[in-house]
Amino acid sequence: MANFSKSSVPRFSVDVYQNEYLPEGGREVNAIVTVTATGGGTTGGAALTGALPAGNAAPDSGRNAAVVIMVDCSGSMDYPPTKMRNARDATAAAVDTLRDGVAFAIVAGTHVAREVYPGRGGLAVADGRTRAEAKEALRRLSAGGGTAIGTWLRLADRLLASADVAIRHGIVLTDGRNEHESAEDLTAALDACAGRFTCDARGVGTDWEVKEVTAIASALLGSADIVADPAGLAEDFTRMMENAMGKEVADVALRMWTPVGVEIGFVKQVAPTVEELTQRRTEAGPRAGDYPTGSWGDESRDYHVCVRVPEAGIGREMLAARISLILPVAGDGPPEVLSQGLVRAVWTEDLAASTTINPQVAHYTGQAELAQVIQQGLNDRKSGDFDGATAKLGRAVQLAAASGNADTAKLLSKVVDVVDAATGTVRLKAKVADADEMTLETRSTKTVRVKK
Amino acid sequence: MSQNHGSAAVPTCPGCTEPLESGDLFCGVCGYDLSSAAPCPGGHPTLVMNGPARQPEQAPQPEQARQPEQAPQPEQARQPLPAERPRQERPEPAAGTFRPATAGQDAASAPVSARLPDEVPGHASDGTRIGPRAGDFELPAPVAAPPAAADPRTAAPLAAPPVGSKLCVACRAGHVDPDGYCENCGHAQPRERDHVERELGAVAAVSDRGLRHHRNEDAFAVSTAALPDGSPAVVAVVCDGVSSATRPDEASAAAAASANEYLLAALEHGTHPQQAMHESILAAAESVNALATAGHGPAGPDPHRHQNAPACTIVSAVVANGLLIVGWIGDSRVYWVPDDREGPPARLTEDDSWAAQMVATGLMNEAEAYADERAHAITGWLGADAYELEPHTASFKPDRPGVVVVCTDGLWNYAEGVDEMARALPADAAHRPLHAAQVLVGHALDGGGHDNVTVAVLPFAVEQRRAGLDRLAP
Repeated sequence: MANFSKSSVPRFSVDVYQNEYLPEGGREVNAIVTVTATGGGTTGGAALTGALPAGNAAPDSGRNAAVVIMVDCSGSMDYPPTKMRNARDATAAAVDTLRDGVAFAIVAGTHVAREVYPGRGGLAVADGRTRAEAKEALRRLSAGGGTAIGTWLRLADRLLASADVAIRHGIVLTDGRNEHESAEDLTAALDACAGRFTCDARGVGTDWEVKEVTAIASALLGSADIVADPAGLAEDFTRMMENAMGKEVADVALRMWTPVGVEIGFVKQVAPTVEELTQRRTEAGPRAGDYPTGSWGDESRDYHVCVRVPEAGIGREMLAARISLILPVAGDGPPEVLSQGLVRAVWTEDLAASTTINPQVAHYTGQAELAQVIQQGLNDRKSGDFDGATAKLGRAVQLAAASGNADTAKLLSKVVDVVDAATGTVRLKAKVADADEMTLETRSTKTVRVKK
Repeated sequence: MSQNHGSAAVPTCPGCTEPLESGDLFCGVCGYDLSSAAPCPGGHPTLVMNGPARQPEQAPQPEQARQPEQAPQPEQARQPLPAERPRQERPEPAAGTFRPATAGQDAASAPVSARLPDEVPGHASDGTRIGPRAGDFELPAPVAAPPAAADPRTAAPLAAPPVGSKLCVACRAGHVDPDGYCENCGHAQPRERDHVERELGAVAAVSDRGLRHHRNEDAFAVSTAALPDGSPAVVAVVCDGVSSATRPDEASAAAAASANEYLLAALEHGTHPQQAMHESILAAAESVNALATAGHGPAGPDPHRHQNAPACTIVSAVVANGLLIVGWIGDSRVYWVPDDREGPPARLTEDDSWAAQMVATGLMNEAEAYADERAHAITGWLGADAYELEPHTASFKPDRPGVVVVCTDGLWNYAEGVDEMARALPADAAHRPLHAAQVLVGHALDGGGHDNVTVAVLPFAVEQRRAGLDRLAP
C-alpha cells in the first residue's frame, strides 16, 4: 500500500469478496470490491463506522480545494417566493460551512450564467471577510429568466480552472427543467466538464426533471437528491458542503487489468449508490482500463465487477482480474498505485463450492435490480402500464424488504400499498404526491450494505 | 535446481534444445509444450511434471537408479544397506518450506520407555468419530496470494519484464508476476508442491497434485539414518491433508516433517523402532495442533473457508535391523509386495475410516462399504479437533525381499486390493524405487487422478529365506 507523507491524504484499502470456485465449463466470475479510504479528513456523507470524527483534518487542508455554488435564479424561483429566499439562505449556510482557505465562487444561473461573487472571472479565498461579502452579494439575488444548466457548468469549470487546487467541486441547485438549451448542449457541457470537477445536483420543489439532475450527478461523480420542501435547503446545503470539505484526494480511478481472453461483463459502483461505470472505461496500457471514481474523503464504496474468463480444466486456477486504485501523478510519471486486490477463478468439481453465491455478490445483485425495477416501474406507471408498474414495484418492495433497505421500502410505501412485502404483492396507490414519486425515483439508486 | 544435463541421448526441447527430463510436459526454459512433441519413452510412467523438475538427491547409487536398461542385480539388492555409509545429511522434508514449531525435538529429552505400544491393527477405531472429511473432493479456499506491494505493470506499463522472470507454462507468451499469476493469460503457475520427487537410494517418493485438485495437500518425507550400532535405517512418512479442514497443505507438511525429524532422532539414539514410531506420530500430532493456534490464516471473511482446525492423516514405515515397522492414523496405507511375487502381497494397515468400521463390525461387506459415499469419511486424524489420539503401530519381520509401498488414498483408490497394487508395482521396484513410485503415481493419474497422489517406495532386503511374513508380537 502506498505510504503518504501527508497525513491528511486517506489510505486506501481494497477487499475482494467473491466465490472464486467455478464448475467445469464455468466462465462467469463475479466479485464485490470494497474500497475504503481512511485517515483522511472528515467523514463523507456515508457514515463510516470507526471513522475519524469530523474536523480531524489538517488545518490547512482547505487550501487544496475550490467550490462553486450554482443557484437557479430563473423566473420560476419566485413561485412561491419562499423558494428564492430559501435558496439564498441555503447558499449562505453553505458559505458558512466553507473551511478557511477554500477557494469559492457563487454563480447565478438562468438561461445564461452570471458571476455573483467574487466576480471578474476568479475565486475568493474563504475567510471571515469574504464569507460576509458573499452573503451580502446573495441578498441581491433575484429571480427572472430561463434555465440553461450547461452554461452554468461551463462557467463553473472556467472559474474552478483558475485555481491551482486538487479538489474541484460544484453544487447545482435547480427548480425547473433545462428548457433554454437543448439536451445535446447539456450533454456536451457534461462531457466537457467530466473529470475536471465533481458536482452534486439538487432539485428543489417538484417541477424539475429527475433524469436531468441525476444525469448531472452521474456524469460529474457527485450525488443527486430532491429537496421537495425549500425549507429543507439550508440543512441539505450544509451537509453537502461538509461532505465536499471532507474530500482529500481527487481523480482516483479504479484500474482493472484482465488477462488475455477475459471479457468484461460490467463494472459498476453498487454502494452507496448504483452507478454504471462499464462504458466509462479509458484504456490504460495493455489489457488495463481505468474507471473514474472522483474524489474521496473518509468513505467506503463497493464495486461489482463481472468478467467472463476462458474455460479451463478442473483444478486450474487463474487470475481473472487485478483491481487497483490509482492516482494520477503530475507530469508523465506512472500513476501511483494506492492499493490493489485480486479476483481469482478456480475450477472445481465440488458442486457445493461452485454453486454457492457469495453473499455480497447476491446482495448487490439484488440492490442493482431494486434500482432498476423502481425506475422501470415508475416509467410504466407514467406511461399508463399499470400492470407492469404493479409487477415491477411489487418486486421492488420484495427486494427492499429482503435486503433490509428500509429507506427505499419507506419511499415505495408512499407510491404503492403493500399487501405482502415477502411475496411482493402490492397495489398502486390511486393518488401519489409528485414529491413522493420524484423522491423515490431520485433515490432509487441508493443501496444498503450487507446485513451483518 | 540441479538440472540433469546428461549424455547425448538425453532428449532435448524442440523449441530451444534445452535437455529435457523424462515426463516433462513443458520445457523448463522456454515453456514449449512437450506433451504432443515428445511422447513418453516406452516403459516410462505417465506423469504430470508441471512442477519443478526432479531433483535427484545425492543418491548413493545413482547408476542403479538412472540406468533402467541395466539388468537387475538381485544380489546387489539383497545386500544389506552399506553400514559404513555415513548418514545422509538430514534431508529437508519434501515440502521443505514448512517447518513445524516442534521440529528438531531432541530425542535425548524424549522418554525412552521400554514399554511398546500394544496396538493391534483392526481394533483401531472406536466407531464413534466420523471425520470432518465428509466430501473427498472438497476444496477449501487456498491461502491468499501474497500481497504484491505494487503492480509492476502499472508502475511501468511498457517496461520489459524483469530479468530472470519466468515464462508462463500455460500460454508460453507472458511472464509470471510476483504474485504467481501470468501477466498475459492470468493462469496460476505450478507451485513447488504440485509435483515433488525425492530419491535417497534406499527409498524414493513422488507426490503429485493429481488432475482434479487445484493444489497438492499431500506431503511426504523420506530419509535414512544410522542406528547406534551403525546399521542403516530407512524412514518414509506420507501425510494427506484433510481437504475440508483449514490449511490442510500446511497440516500435512508439518506432520510429515516433524514425524520424520522425530524418527531420525529417536532411531539414532537407539529407541526401539516401534516405540519411536508411536512417539513420532504423537510428535506429528503436536505440530499439527500447533497450527490451529498459530492463527496465521489470511484475514478477510470467506464463506468457503471452513474454520476447522488443520488436519491430516499420517502413515510411516521404518526399515531397520531386518524389521519393518509401520504406524498410521487415518486412511493412508502401507502395502507389502514381495519381490519374487510368490509369497502373497499384503496390506499392513487398517484404515481409520467409515468403510473400514463397517467391515470390521460386520455391518457391511467390503464391496458395499466402499461403494457407499461415506466410505472415505475418516474416523481418525491428526489435528486439534481429534479429541482422542490413537496411533496404530505394527512390526513385521519379512522373510524375503520385497517392496514397501506407503501411499495416500489418491493411489489406493485406483489399486485398492493387494493384488491390484502388486500388479501396478513394476517388477524391478526394488532396484528402481523412484521409477516404481513414478509408475504408481502414473497409475493413479491414468485412472483419473481425482485426488492428490503420494507414494513412497522402500525396498526391503533380507539375508535368508524363511516362510511367510511374520507379524511380530508386540
